[in-house]
Parts: sequence; C-alpha cells; structure tokens
Amino acid sequence: MIGELLAILETWSTLDTRIVLTSAVASMSCSVPGFFLLVRRQSMLGDTLSHTALPGIAIGFLAALWLREQGWLSATAYEQSRHLFIVAAAVVTGVFTSVLTEAVQKFGRVEANAALGVVFTSMFALGLLLVRRFADDVDLDPDCVLYGTIETTVIDVIGETGIPRALFINGAALGINLLLTALFFKELRVSAFDPAFADTLGIRSSTVHYALTAVTAATLVAAFESVGSILVIAMLVGPPASARLLTDGMLKTLALSLLLAAFGAAAGHLLAIAVPPILFSRFGFPTVRDASTAGMTAVACGLIFGVAALCGPRYGLLTRSWRRVRLAWQVAGEDILGQLYRAEETGAPAELVMPDNRMAWRLLRWQGDIERSDGHWRLTAAGRQRAEKLVRAHRLWESYMAKHFEIPPDHLHETAGRVEHFIDQGMRVELASELAAPSQDPHGKQIPGEDHPQ
Amino acid sequence: MEGAWPSLEQWLRVLSLRDYNTRVVLLGTVLLGIAGGLVGVFLLLRRRSLSADVVSHATFPGIALAFLLLESWAPGSGKSTPGLLAGAFATGVLGLLCTTLIQRHTRINEDAALALVLSVFFGLGVSLFTVIQSIPSGNVAGLSHFIYGKAASMVAADVTLIGWASAGVTLVFLLLFKELTLLSFDEEFAAAQGWPVFGLDLLLLGMVTSVTVIGLQSVGMLLVVALMVIPATAARCWTHSLHWMTALSAGIGAISAAIGVLISALFPRLAAGAVIVLAGTALFVLSALFGSRTGMVTRGVARWLRDIKIGNEHLVRALFEVIESRLAPGHDLADQLPAEAVTVDELQQQRTWSSARIRRLVHQAQRHGLVLDYGVAGVKLTERGAALACQVVRNHRLWELYLVEYADRSPARVDRDADSIEHSLEPEVVARLERLLAEKHSGLLVPPSPHALSGSSTKTSEASP
Repeated sequence: MIGELLAILETWSTLDTRIVLTSAVASMSCSVPGFFLLVRRQSMLGDTLSHTALPGIAIGFLAALWLREQGWLSATAYEQSRHLFIVAAAVVTGVFTSVLTEAVQKFGRVEANAALGVVFTSMFALGLLLVRRFADDVDLDPDCVLYGTIETTVIDVIGETGIPRALFINGAALGINLLLTALFFKELRVSAFDPAFADTLGIRSSTVHYALTAVTAATLVAAFESVGSILVIAMLVGPPASARLLTDGMLKTLALSLLLAAFGAAAGHLLAIAVPPILFSRFGFPTVRDASTAGMTAVACGLIFGVAALCGPRYGLLTRSWRRVRLAWQVAGEDILGQLYRAEETGAPAELVMPDNRMAWRLLRWQGDIERSDGHWRLTAAGRQRAEKLVRAHRLWESYMAKHFEIPPDHLHETAGRVEHFIDQGMRVELASELAAPSQDPHGKQIPGEDHPQ
Repeated sequence: MEGAWPSLEQWLRVLSLRDYNTRVVLLGTVLLGIAGGLVGVFLLLRRRSLSADVVSHATFPGIALAFLLLESWAPGSGKSTPGLLAGAFATGVLGLLCTTLIQRHTRINEDAALALVLSVFFGLGVSLFTVIQSIPSGNVAGLSHFIYGKAASMVAADVTLIGWASAGVTLVFLLLFKELTLLSFDEEFAAAQGWPVFGLDLLLLGMVTSVTVIGLQSVGMLLVVALMVIPATAARCWTHSLHWMTALSAGIGAISAAIGVLISALFPRLAAGAVIVLAGTALFVLSALFGSRTGMVTRGVARWLRDIKIGNEHLVRALFEVIESRLAPGHDLADQLPAEAVTVDELQQQRTWSSARIRRLVHQAQRHGLVLDYGVAGVKLTERGAALACQVVRNHRLWELYLVEYADRSPARVDRDADSIEHSLEPEVVARLERLLAEKHSGLLVPPSPHALSGSSTKTSEASP
C-alpha cells in the first residue's frame, strides 16, 4: 500500500502543483468571508448565495452575449470582459437574494429558514431554466457550475508565465478580501457581535451585512470555476468552523482558518489522486485513476472538521471526556490517599470506605504511592508526602471556612472534601498565613506541616 | 431559439390527459407533491426547513456508493432503482444525524453545521461520481437524473414506488399527527409527558428523507427541498389552524406538481422539476399577498378599513364635544346633536388637526352618512352620526372613569389611553364598565368627562368633577 502511494506520488507534476495552489488560494479566499458569516451565524446565507449565483451567472453570460450580438462588444472585448459580467451579475443577484429573503421574512411573516428555503430554491429553479434554455447556444454547462473542473481550468494559463488564470483570479479575490478585512475589521467585529451597539456607534450594521453579502457572492463566483458552486460551501464553512473548534479570539481564528484552508486544499488533492486507485482496485475496479479534486477537497474539509471536533485541545469531544476521566482518577486516587493517611493517624487500619475506581488504585500503585503488606494497603513515603499535602489543604480549608463563615462544624468536612483536590501549594501558603499558621483544625485534629520533617 | 408554441391540438391532448405517459407522470408527481406538502408542515413548525436541503444533498454519495457496491457485487446491476434509493436513504439519514450531533456536541451553530454537512456529503458524492465515470460499465447518464430530475422519463414502476412511499408517509403522518404536533409546539412538554422526543424527531426526519428520496427522480436533489418548504410556507399565510394548514399545504403541493408536469409536457424544453418549483413559488407569492392570515394585501386592506373607522369615530366625537361645550350641563344632548352645526374653526380649536385633515375626515364621514357638510356654515351630524357619537363618547368616558376610579390614573392623563381603546371596546366590556360605574353616574346617556376638554369653554370644566 505504501508502495502504491509512493508510485502515485512519483507521478506528481507541475500540473498537480498548479491544482493545489489554485485550490488552496480559492479555499483561503472563501474562508475569509466564510469566517465572518460563521460568527454572524449566517453560514446558510453562503449556501443560498452559491445557489442563487446560478441565475446570476446565466444572466451575466447572456448579457455579455447579447452585447456582442448587438455589436457593442468586439469579440476580443467579449472574451476579456465575460468574467467581469458574470461576477457583476452574480453579485447583484446575491444582494438581491439577500434583500428578497429579508423582505419575505418581514412582510410575508415567514420564519428565517423557510424564507431562505423559498427564495433560493426559486432562484435556482429559475437559473436552471435559463441555463437549459440557452445551453445549446453557449458553452455554459450547469455541471461545470455545480462541480467545477479544476483539473482542466489550470491548463488555461496567462501568457508564458505559467500562472493559471484561475489562480490569478482567486489570488486577487483573496487579496481584496484580506485588504477589506484589515480596513474594516472593527466594523465587522462590532456588527457581528452586537448589531444594535454597532448602530449606536454609527456603524450601520445593515450596510455591513449587505457589503458582506456582496463580497461573499463575488468571492464565490471567482471560486466557482475551479471548485463548483456546492463544494465552495465546504470551503466557506469548513475551515472557519474547524478553526473555531481549535482556538479562541477573532484574529487567531481567522489566521488559523486560512491555514486550514490551504492545508485542506493540499490534502484534498492528495486524497483525490491517492485514495481512489488504492481503494477501488481492491473492490474490482482496476481502471479507477483518480477522483474529483474539488469533491475530495470538500471531503478533506469535512475530515479536518471531524478531527477538530473530536481532538481539539479545548473543545474536542474526546479531549473533554479524557480530561473528565483523568480528573475522576485523580480525585479518586487522592481520596484513597487521604483515607489511608487518616487511618494511620488514628492507628486503626479498619474498615475504610474506599472509592471503587480500579484505575485509580492501579495508578497509585504504579506511581509508588501505596503498597500492600499483611493484606493491608499502606502508604509509601512518597504517598504519605502527597497525602499530607492533601490533608493539610483539607484541614486548612476547614479552618478557613470555620473562621470566616458561619458553618456548623459538622458541615465543614464535606465542602473541604470537594475543594481539597484543587488547592495547590500557593493557596495553602496563603491560607496558612491568613489563619496565622494554625496547628489544629476545627475538629481538633493536627494539621500536617508543609515541609514534613522526615 | 424559441421552441414552437404548442398547437391547440397539443394543448387539448395534454390537458385532457390523453397520453398514458402524461397520466403516469402526473399521478406520480402529484402524490409526491402531497407527501412533500404534509411533511413540510412539521419541518416548518420545527423551524428545520433547511434540514431538507441537507438531506437532499446527502443522498448523493449514497446513490454513488450503492451503484459501486451493486456493480462490484454483480456487474450490470448498478442501475436498479430500489438499490440506489436505499443507498440514498441511508446517507440522507446519516447526513441529518451528523448535523444533529455537531449542533448538540460542539460549539458550532446550526447554520454552519447544516452548510458544512451538506457540502461535504455532496463533495463525497462528486468524488464518487468521477470514480464511477472511470470504470468501464459506469455510464453516469442514468445517475445524473437524480441531480436534476427527469419527471418525463418516469415509468409505471417508478410511480408505484412513489405511490407506496407517499401512502406510507401519509399514513404515518396521520397516525402520529397528535404526537408530531406536540413535538412541534412544545418539545419540553412532550418530553415531560413521556413521549420519546428523540424517536419522534428521528421519525420526522425519516419521513423527510423518504420524500426526498422519492423526489430525486422527478425534481432532482437540488430542488426537492422546495417540494417540502414552499407549500407549507405558502399554507402558513392562510390559517392559524394546523388542520387547515396541513390540508392546504398538501393541496398546494399537489397543484404546483400538476401545473409543473403539464407545462413541461407542453414545452418539452422546460425541465419539469424547475417548473414545479416555480409554480409553487407563484402560489407562495399569491399566498404572501392575499393570504387571509398574513397576506400583505389582506393586512393592508384591513388596516385601511380600520383607519377609516377610527377617523370617522374621532370626527363624530370631536363634533359631540364641541356641541356639548356649547350647551348648559344637564341639557338633553341627544336631541340637540343633529341640530347644531360646527365650523371647521371650532373643530380645529377642539383638536390639533390640520384643516386638510378635517376636510378629508368630513368628506369621508359624509360618504358614510354620518355627517352633512354645509360648507361655510359648518358640519352637522346625521341621526346615525349622532348615535355613533353618543356611543363612542360613552365608551371613551366610561374607560376614562374606569381608569380614574380603579386604576388610580390622574384625570389629566386618561384621555390618551381612552383615545386608543374607545374603538375596540366590545359591548360586553361596556356593559361591565356600566355595572362597575353604575352607582355614580346612573341614568345619564353620556357620562361627564372626568377632565377638562381641550379648547372648550369654562362651562364644561365646571361640569367635570
């Protein structure tokens, strides 16, 4: 399998490099507006825009074609300005969609999700009809708009430079997006989190909303040619969502989502050329060579999100449960040490109610805190030291509570039993100085010293 | 470029359903429209309309995977529709589960979860599609129908499948109507009552997936969401009642499906799926404009009528108060009202209305037979106008007195409050007010005002308590 993988990687060519670069730049440029849509909880607006761009593209295309037929655009001018027409028309349809959705929501008294659903399906149906209607006359293929054809678009290079035109277009989009973000970061941030407050500051949050809509639509259309209208949503949502699971703070999240976008694009292309031949030859399809890079980039975005959701350092599901389990072990282990210490103190290693956490016992033994002799568990020297700190924390806390709060003495033990695990040395020192270094707790028991004389 | 306009004979042929094929397609699509309309109601009420979009995109990899599995198991069997639809169903449900899990267990909100799952599943589908293209038996022509839909190519077997599935969805819908209603309106209460909320939710999503899967062939995965969202949203404009809304939604779904099929039978270049959706959109626009509950035009007309009523009532009350201020207290107002003429100047003194507004109000009230306009001489109330004036002033003052006596409002501040409520006091409320205030002001047709009337002479001020 490794051999197969290496054989595939040996066929890597400049074309592959161009594909990865183009899709990385497209993905990064999408993740900038995508990030702001995410924090504004408007990610589905991205989905809507990518659907409604279809009629926009069709209208822009037909407008350019009509102008050429009327003789107002020469053939060369048509070739050069076609993209501009398409982008402009898509931006206009995008903003129109946004306005229409809000109108339906407000005047039709329709719930937001349903309003989006009504508007974007209608616009998409209209776009499909337009495209179908004129499909025979122009080279506008709905499949291309839907899936994108990055494998062939990168062949179209600018002059002798070898830079794919799509790379240039998406690079320009990325540059503009970053510039706009740098210029209007404050406005974007304030209006994302508190539109009403933004309005009182003189930042018109509705203007920000429509500007963001327009920029998103333009970015999407620039990326369509390479990655298609539906996969572009994965690039819009995936990297920012993953970044949000991995880190906090707006700038950090934005930077990380740019990184993840580039990484996802590279991983996507690798998956596309490496996985299908290896996987499907085992199922009796030896002719399979590769899969759509755009499709696999979306899958890669999904995988990155999955990994982030499970293993993120702070919010990951697995991370969080692992942290909980470890805490449970620690608490149970410390309870065992405390019990053994108290048993030693009273000299009666009698019936102790020990926590029933096998892993905690195993860990204590493995760390050398306890040992077994004459059928009884005993503390080792190291264990005793740990236990002393714990019991000291416990009894200091009891004294502190007794001094400052009016709690009956028989209620002290329980709260201290809960807090003792989280009182570190610094806190113990502070407690001791606050209480003028007491030697006995409220129950009259000896408080072990911080540095126990051996 | 223009497709030929169909001849009269073609029109008749299609509209009278003479072709077997048209009948088959029509039946299948209408059944689908009904099922979509039914399911959409609860999607809308659960505020999960866009879940349907996720399901439809998530069916894509299922179709491709099912094809690949079938082909590797027995080459040539890949195009079996039930197999493909089973695959579509499986990944559709999986996609929905993914969104639910992301929403519940991460800090990512619903919107992003929907968009992410939708596009990632679609991406997987696209990748698998390109894989299928590169295997020898993998002609994707039959599979791409699932994306854009091809209602015209529906055969009897497909209609049977759609029919059974729609019947199943409808049956489950009717059996669990009460439970689903409870789930939609008060999830916590449903859970507290011991209903399996998660199971019901899953069942609803299963129904959504079923409709999506059977809709793939006729309208395609990109538009099938419209079959569920649009009819329900349109039906919501008409009624508060869930039963009516459900019936309307199913009806709108059926009608838009029928219109779409017939139009695309007449104009073969128009894809049926897109036309069905646009027919639904047209019905939605009609509902949004004229719907009896939230229709924009309906509400506009209602507001216009209300404004007229309020304008009339304000005018006759102003006339009443001017006349009242002229007469000695205790005088029988009811006889005097139609006899006295009030000039525009007097009205202006009484109210802060512009003369243009007074002219408009007078003109309007005259059309309704409430006043007679004698030009410079002034305005007189008719018998009907006088009756209305007594009633309105009565309502106004009863409310004022009520506020003063029972709500401890100062007399100077009750006028505004009463102003807005006098138009909508029900007779029962008036009767209760009368009973409450009976011992103080018995026998009077119109009780005295508890405060000084603006612009009036001292006579009324003395009359007020």
